[in-house]
Amino acid sequence: MGSTSAHGEHSNGEGFGRRDLIKRSAALGLIAVPTMSFLSACASGSDETTKGNESKVAVTKENPFGVAKGGKLDVVVFKGGYGDDYAKAWEAAFDKKWGTTSSHLSTQEITSKLQPRFNGGNPPDVVDDSGAQQIKLDVLAKGNQLADLTVVLDAPSLDDPTKKVRDTLMPGTIEGGMIGGKFVALQYVYTVWGLWYSGKLFKEKGWTPPKTWPEFMDICQKAKAAGIGGLAHQGKYPYYINVAIMDLIAKKGGLDAMKAIDNLEPNAFANNPVALEAVEAIYEIVEKDLLMAGTNGLTHTESQTQWNQGKAAFITSGSWLENEQLKQTPEDFDMQFLPMPVLPGSKLPFEAIRAGAGEPFIVPEKAANKAGGLEFLRSMLSREWSTLFAQQANSLTVLKDGVDPAVKLRSGTQSAVAALKAAGDNTFNYRYADWYSEMGTELENASNELMAKRIQPKEWIKRAQAAVDKATKDPNAKNNKRS
Amino acid sequence: MSHVANSKGRGGFIAGFLILPLALYLTFVIWPYVQTFGYSFTNWTGQSPTFDFVGLDNYSALMKDEVFRGALLHNLLLLVFVPTITILISLFFAFMLNAGGRGGAGGVQGVRGSALYKVIYFFPQVLSLAILAVLFGAVYRSDEGGLLNGFLTKLGLVDPAHPIEWLNEPNFVLWCLLLVVVWHGVGFYLVLFSAAMQSIPKDIYEAALLDGAKRAQTFFKVTLPLLWDSVQTSAVYLGIAAMDMFVLVSTMTSGQFGGGPDHHSEVMATVLMRNFLYFGKAGYACAMGVVMLVLTLILSAITLRATRREHVEF
Repeated sequence: MGSTSAHGEHSNGEGFGRRDLIKRSAALGLIAVPTMSFLSACASGSDETTKGNESKVAVTKENPFGVAKGGKLDVVVFKGGYGDDYAKAWEAAFDKKWGTTSSHLSTQEITSKLQPRFNGGNPPDVVDDSGAQQIKLDVLAKGNQLADLTVVLDAPSLDDPTKKVRDTLMPGTIEGGMIGGKFVALQYVYTVWGLWYSGKLFKEKGWTPPKTWPEFMDICQKAKAAGIGGLAHQGKYPYYINVAIMDLIAKKGGLDAMKAIDNLEPNAFANNPVALEAVEAIYEIVEKDLLMAGTNGLTHTESQTQWNQGKAAFITSGSWLENEQLKQTPEDFDMQFLPMPVLPGSKLPFEAIRAGAGEPFIVPEKAANKAGGLEFLRSMLSREWSTLFAQQANSLTVLKDGVDPAVKLRSGTQSAVAALKAAGDNTFNYRYADWYSEMGTELENASNELMAKRIQPKEWIKRAQAAVDKATKDPNAKNNKRS
Repeated sequence: MSHVANSKGRGGFIAGFLILPLALYLTFVIWPYVQTFGYSFTNWTGQSPTFDFVGLDNYSALMKDEVFRGALLHNLLLLVFVPTITILISLFFAFMLNAGGRGGAGGVQGVRGSALYKVIYFFPQVLSLAILAVLFGAVYRSDEGGLLNGFLTKLGLVDPAHPIEWLNEPNFVLWCLLLVVVWHGVGFYLVLFSAAMQSIPKDIYEAALLDGAKRAQTFFKVTLPLLWDSVQTSAVYLGIAAMDMFVLVSTMTSGQFGGGPDHHSEVMATVLMRNFLYFGKAGYACAMGVVMLVLTLILSAITLRATRREHVEF
């Protein structure tokens, strides 16, 4: 649920072509082995960029992987909240530079389309392996299907050849792509989480974006007086309100409070005044009736659209929000990002935000044009391509200062860039939801009850600690430690 | 007779036809069941080919799993109400359409326009469950934009600032879902019962009327006994539907694969899917699958036995 890809709302309704049919029957294993080996045999016979020819292309500083000119490049991208326009723009740029012919496939069904190709030894050259139907990365890694991308990290950056690519990345990018001690996935999209508001609405009402919790509550009260809701959240997916609760805890208690939760400590929630204060702060919104009407039962698109129509002052979300709501956002809405306001006596400053990398791009080990795939990834980490992504997908990339300042971005993305700059080193990111999905779900259930006023903050704390205690029995709990 | 069955040539001929379908059935139906049974004794995660044998651990964990027990209870509740309500309403409407009319042959014809009604009643059956989920999602929407809330707000029964969050109310959610299933099913079973009613000879009704039977008596003494086979089949089908419920619950309610708020609409299939795909506890989920299979088999057997009657010939 962490990324825009989660809900699969953006189905593109592709037809069911002959190629699909063959691939699906291949999935059944009926013709997988004979056909696929036959196909890949064909490919290696005619394609000029196969492994046999790779070595003939000189490896230079400009061409660190030895990409052959005029070959083919097979790109598959997940078509979720970011669309696929960015990928088409990249492919055009790649083809222009290297004289290649790119084939482009964008789909939501990554697993069903690619599994037979991986099994048949005929995988694409670059894959954006995301969405609800992504092929699990650890499974691919175990089957030795993923190319080691360390070479990309050590290659010279396209923008500044004196620097290595690894020195141009946002913190956390490399850790996010490590599996079994090898860097195999480039988590490309940098997401920030927090609150969002309409600059236009705030200007009209003469409200200043709040920095402290009392200021935030004050605006919620003013919103109520003006006949709209204070806070909207995507009630059907309590993941979103948990962003607010957990961010308050991290900002008030500092990184130690966050790590206590990720490390499943016995006092992560119980007997922790910080956690209780954060939950009570959120509950105050409910108690004072400052939620948008009906928001507890709405889906993400429903509540976001209501918010776009001015029915609430704030909404919680990640930075995919702007692109997800493109069609529903009025022209003059002026979407703005706001870090979570701080409770009194918080250890982290107001500017601190939750931020992290997602959307893994991989190069298959058995790709016909592996050099091309690696070069494609290196190009993605150039300022030119990163800017293309920011413009087409309205989201940030893991490249530090990866957006050309001369380029006009949409207001929401622009404000997220500014917030990220202001945050500096003050970023944090929880891991518990990735490590312990069951615990994540139980926290979400508790929050759903809290927002519906069916339980009190103390009960929330009790349930949260019970979920933490249960997660300590997870066999992975020994390995998942952060310091 | 016997020499035909024993004839080798003919037996081989028939077997030749049967062997392919049988092989397909064994491969694609029976084998997965056997595999599920095998996996239910392991700690398989569903994402890697390795796993250990854990004996009956999954089953004993299942006994203690409150979420699963709650889901089972919901399934049983649905099992009681879905078939009963659907069959009662369908029978009532079918009787009215076929024998509810006035005058003429003394109550042996349907109400006026019954042919048209039958078509209209059948409409919901044409919609797929996925479409129904979207449709009723809009009906139950938790703000003023929802059909029910909008309607109740207009009547002044609901405060627009505090609309009823239908699918987020622990006490309503299961009944809201039940209503969708009934709405979906009534049309089909109405047409089924109506076809069965039309095959009942009119002489029987006329004889009953001559003997002074009222409409209710005709229904209970004549129509229902002659429809028993259809009712029994319907009960089994609706019972199986009530044991499933996956599509509606997973799309309409909150939570991973639905079941919310706080497990109040959980059914066995949603708990199974969450454990299988989201929590990575595939072995545990397989144990749930086995329990579901066994329960469904037992229920079908009980229903068929309990409703067994002497077949009425006419």
